[in-house]
Amino acid sequence: MAFLEAAGVSKGFLSRRRWVPVIENADLAIERGEFVAIVGFSGSGKSTLISLLAGLSRPDRGAIRMEGRLVASPGPDRAVVFQNYALLPWLSVGENVSLAVDRVFQGQPPEERERRTETFLELVKLRDARHKKPAQLSGGMRQRVAVARALAMDPRVLLLDEPLGALDAMTRSVLQGEIARIWEADRKTVVLITNDVEEGMLLADRIVPLTAGPGATLGPSFPVPFPRPRIRKVLERNPEFKGLRLRIEEFLLISRRERPAAGTSSRLLVEVEQAP
Amino acid sequence: MEVKKYRLSSLTLPFTGLLGFLAIWSLFSSIPGVNLPSPLRTWEASRLYILSPFEKRGELDQGILRFTWHSLVLVAKGYSLALLIGTPLGFILGISRVFQRSFDPMIQILRPVSPLAWLPLGLVLFQKSGPAAVFTVAICSVWPTVLNTALGVRSIPQEYLNVARVLQLSRWATIFKVMLPAAMPYIFTGYRLSLGTAWLVIVAAEMLTGSPGVGGFLWQEYNSLIYEHIILCILTIGVVGFVLDRLMSLLQSRIQGA
Repeated sequence: MAFLEAAGVSKGFLSRRRWVPVIENADLAIERGEFVAIVGFSGSGKSTLISLLAGLSRPDRGAIRMEGRLVASPGPDRAVVFQNYALLPWLSVGENVSLAVDRVFQGQPPEERERRTETFLELVKLRDARHKKPAQLSGGMRQRVAVARALAMDPRVLLLDEPLGALDAMTRSVLQGEIARIWEADRKTVVLITNDVEEGMLLADRIVPLTAGPGATLGPSFPVPFPRPRIRKVLERNPEFKGLRLRIEEFLLISRRERPAAGTSSRLLVEVEQAP
Repeated sequence: MEVKKYRLSSLTLPFTGLLGFLAIWSLFSSIPGVNLPSPLRTWEASRLYILSPFEKRGELDQGILRFTWHSLVLVAKGYSLALLIGTPLGFILGISRVFQRSFDPMIQILRPVSPLAWLPLGLVLFQKSGPAAVFTVAICSVWPTVLNTALGVRSIPQEYLNVARVLQLSRWATIFKVMLPAAMPYIFTGYRLSLGTAWLVIVAAEMLTGSPGVGGFLWQEYNSLIYEHIILCILTIGVVGFVLDRLMSLLQSRIQGA
């Protein structure tokens, strides 16, 4: 039994009295300590998938289970780093983190919680910005606060919803490095949602493509075998790396061209896996 | 250089405007047959009231700030009542679709009712002019707070609520730590508009009840044919209203800026 799993999950919404499926029949199994990247085009239902995993919304069909137990509501054991950071603008950086710490570690003495907040601000190199408001920070710094807040909750799964999507290329690659560093330090189970194949390949153990929506589903896994630390410049010259990226991109492209009616995705799966 | 220029014009332009206004006022008052006191005569007749603003010579013969104070006390009572009732009401309307649907028509009907119409009902209910005025102020100034609070609550970004849900904050913690602060800018706009309305209403209420205050004074002087004092009252009402609004906006930026 996998640590976190989705079995036959479907989710949709009503639009002008017509049912529009967003995710259809998605299966996913993640092991403890694994870093999985789910890669898909924008609008393919990536955020829907993460809010299902977080328990923020319930699937219409199928089930999400963590350690065999049904995920029915959100909770601090599944911390989410939201796409647009979701920092509370009236709280300072420190207060944003301590809001989470105080809630999750209610039982601990205040000094202990204080220290914890401090530690995680330190981890993302934002101790000096502790008393600033989110509005005074750059996009990259806000993202760091969001990461600190999520990690400080000591979650069992970290769900990252396109965490770097809104950042410029430079900041993005710096933060990719930091996410890799932080993950290697304590090897939490991570699900990263991204539209950047290369980002997924730099960070994850395994890439799971999400086919183009509506009615998106999860494709076959592409294991990422490269040893860590992964350095972009080095890997970019590695033909294996390029080949893998090409196969993933190709899979995504084909899935888009052939708007998957139910059932086609498994056929695609076979085709692509046999591709050289 | 640029800064200096700006400073200069920020002083000279309003001053020029004021002079122009006084000139037009004088011009009108000098037309034969027009019963408008000139600026100079207004000043002459009002001096006593302005220069010893807190003196009390009789029930309806007091310094202008003393009158203002009476009015402000009534406003404060009615306005506080409006906020105390309006904020939670607006909050509930904001979170509950059912509530919103049930009460919105009622609110839309009550909202445009003039203070002049509420006051007699207040007099009937409370028998005394003071409480009737407070009632009228409260019921007329409650609506901007109700509507803006409801709008503010409805506009809370889903992501903030998701944060609260992931943290499993209790219902009260969610309200006080997430929803209220998130809706604060809207709520404050409501408070500011409500204060403006409250000040408008108190003048009308005093005129009808004849209680001491700027409005009551104004009405009495109209009946005593001292037209200069009508102008004095109008200007006082304007200045006080302006100051109240500035104070609110200062408070607002203090709370949200820091």
